[in-house]
Amino acid sequence: MKEFFNREEWSPYLAGGLAGVLLALSVLVTGKFLGASTSFVRVAGMLERLFWPQKVAQNAYFMKKAPVVEWQVVMVLGILVGALVSSRMSGDFRFTLVPPLWEERFGFTPLRRALVAFVGGCILLFGARLAGGCPSGHGISGVSQLALSSIVAMVGFVVGGVLVARALYAGRW
Amino acid sequence: MLLVAGLITGIIFGFLLQKSKVLRYDKQLGALIFEDFTIFKFMFSAISVAMVLLYAMHDLGWIHFHIKPTHLVANLLGGLIFGVGWALVGYCPGTSVGAVGEGRMDAFFGILGMLLGAALYAEAYPVFKGTLLSWFSFGKVTVPQLLGVNHWIVVAVMVAIMGVLCLWFEAMGK
Repeated sequence: MKEFFNREEWSPYLAGGLAGVLLALSVLVTGKFLGASTSFVRVAGMLERLFWPQKVAQNAYFMKKAPVVEWQVVMVLGILVGALVSSRMSGDFRFTLVPPLWEERFGFTPLRRALVAFVGGCILLFGARLAGGCPSGHGISGVSQLALSSIVAMVGFVVGGVLVARALYAGRW
Repeated sequence: MLLVAGLITGIIFGFLLQKSKVLRYDKQLGALIFEDFTIFKFMFSAISVAMVLLYAMHDLGWIHFHIKPTHLVANLLGGLIFGVGWALVGYCPGTSVGAVGEGRMDAFFGILGMLLGAALYAEAYPVFKGTLLSWFSFGKVTVPQLLGVNHWIVVAVMVAIMGVLCLWFEAMGK
């Protein structure tokens, strides 16, 4: 049993299936569906409030998604803890600045990698909020309920992602 | 109490994400360039299991659904914008936090960017509210409702499609 939890890798079918059970249990016990991108709005609001409290108080979006710590914000922090525990148990934890695939294509360029990650993250979250969710909220929770909005958004995620990724990594074929 | 439940849920979710390696930039980009479909295997398994359990519990009257409203233009355009950013950062919002948990520090810069993106969206929201978010807006609709068929038929078709895709991924050895 201990060996199983210390193992470096689990089948994605097993881990994914268990994530499905986790979602169902969460909805049954607390009524909460998995999601992540709303929490970035709440935390951004909390940070912005330190400098411009008036502006945040009057913003229509922050009225809808109040800058407070609630279930999902804590859940998202839990993801960090869970990943830390899992990677420490298997010895898989590693401080890295550049992912291997990136290094293969663009060399060891940590500054460039950080900049692209920052810009990409900014575009991604803006898109997620316009679409109404991310691969957790729309992808797993929404598609599981067969929501039309979620299936449409998911198609957008993949089409946009594939187009840009194939341009970035063109020359691998 | 609810916050404790959130923390436990997140820890288990993060544990499962790390164990299946889907937190990695290489896995996320790998799927987008069709070299490694691990993240889709994870996602399709999660969706299939959750879909059956959620619809069963919903039929029994144990749970309420939480359907995100349909604004076709915003859903699709927002989705495409998300995709563009996703290919650049190589993590999605949930996995970026998990990636930091396993030491991938590039994800930290991704998170900073995501916070900026969220703040920018809050500024743009009043403009979108009367435009993009009101165009082709149909409220909280599910596919079975739209088609007017029993939900279990759609569940079965979806599970079959995702199953066939996974068999195909395995056949290609990716």
